[in-house]
Amino acid sequence: MSSGNDSTKKTVLVALSLCLVCSVFVAAAAVGLKSTQQNNKDQDRKKNILAAAELLDPAMSIDASFEQIETRIINFDTGAFASESELATAGIDVASYDQKAAAKDPALSVSLNGEQDIASIKRRAKFATVYLVKQGDAIDKVILPVHGYGLWSTMYGFMALENDFSTVVGFGFYDQAETPGLGGEVDNPNWKALWKGKTVYNDQGEAVLSLAKGSVDKADPNAKYKVDGLSGATLTSRGVTNLVHYWLGNEGFGPFLANLRGEGA
Amino acid sequence: MSEVKKVLFTPIFNNNPIALQILGICSALAVTSSLSVSFVMAIALTMVTAFSNLFISIIRSNIPSSIRIIVQMIIIASLVIVVDQVLKAFAYEISKQLSVFVGLIITNCIVMGRAEAYAMKNGPVMSFIDGIGNGLGYSIMLIIVAFFRELLGAGKLFGVEIFTTVQNGGWYQPNGLMLLPPSAFFVIGLVIWALRAWKSDQVEEADFKIVANSKAQEAL
Repeated sequence: MSSGNDSTKKTVLVALSLCLVCSVFVAAAAVGLKSTQQNNKDQDRKKNILAAAELLDPAMSIDASFEQIETRIINFDTGAFASESELATAGIDVASYDQKAAAKDPALSVSLNGEQDIASIKRRAKFATVYLVKQGDAIDKVILPVHGYGLWSTMYGFMALENDFSTVVGFGFYDQAETPGLGGEVDNPNWKALWKGKTVYNDQGEAVLSLAKGSVDKADPNAKYKVDGLSGATLTSRGVTNLVHYWLGNEGFGPFLANLRGEGA
Repeated sequence: MSEVKKVLFTPIFNNNPIALQILGICSALAVTSSLSVSFVMAIALTMVTAFSNLFISIIRSNIPSSIRIIVQMIIIASLVIVVDQVLKAFAYEISKQLSVFVGLIITNCIVMGRAEAYAMKNGPVMSFIDGIGNGLGYSIMLIIVAFFRELLGAGKLFGVEIFTTVQNGGWYQPNGLMLLPPSAFFVIGLVIWALRAWKSDQVEEADFKIVANSKAQEAL
């Protein structure tokens, strides 16, 4: 290398021009591919909602299948669908509401204390998106977004319930980073199939559905409240139990589901 | 032509970046629990190494030596971001599984090592080929490790069931350890052993000799 390269002027010049060129490249890639990426994310989310509600039909496009589903926003404080005025005050648009982002926004979320926060999520959005599958005017299935901390990661998923608002139709995670092969088995289709037909609420109306240690004894009278645990993944299993208890309990969708049940009766 | 061949193929067995230079171990541990993920990671790393070598080699005579490492890092980092964005757009499922590890290519010692050791001293074409060669060396190790880990740990290859596991009603009790990062150390160790048994010139000279046991009176 010639000594001219090491002068201060040359050093600054090279550094500046390199940064400029590289930033243009990076920005171009990020901006140019953004719509494709966003589209992928939406498709992935919709696919998981459909999968939880057992509406995923390989013959139909995801967007077409998704038309069977109605998107609504609920307010956790009232346990009911958010009214127009509530949405307007909070500045929420139904189609673009992002619950994950809202949970980080102090204006749109509440902080949870240690006792409430069994799912280790720290903050909970005040509003949540729920997805309804309707049969005529009556609600046939409801799909709820849930999330909670496992062993390594926050697991995001959807749980679909029958129109008694207690029987599980399907359950699955769309974003998790648990140990592959152990906790990562939450994505195993055989395990997810075990959730179908389980009951969330006991006679006292408490959310009791949990993962058992090992497999569930079929003779157990409480077997309908239990799903096989994941072997070798005690902490992930505990995380799943906690997030089910949290989101379907009084802090989460419990009051909302109770309201729906009341309307239906 | 023979020079090209040498640059391209030497890193695969004779001077493998993982097995002989022991570089890039970190990502070899992290992503090799399934073959498809390793495969994409291998392609991504090969691309980044090849193009970072190319670009660094093009501007090598203009890089001030006082900031050369930073210059190399900027080029590598920009390429990695572009690769990450492309994966997110066109291979979303796999990019979800690779998560943070694509970003960590930036810190992969192989990329940096080739830039500093080869691209700073050689022309763009040869540097590009050197990047491809080293990427291939990395890839082959990654795929060997992932083959054993996925087969023994999950009974699958590329996600297709080979051994029916006990969970799915078969006979194979999967070895959970194979899915955890330490098992990659064992597999890499065994591969290095096999490679050095085959090509004995790779065996390093011992740093010291172990003396015979001391005699009883010496110990007194």
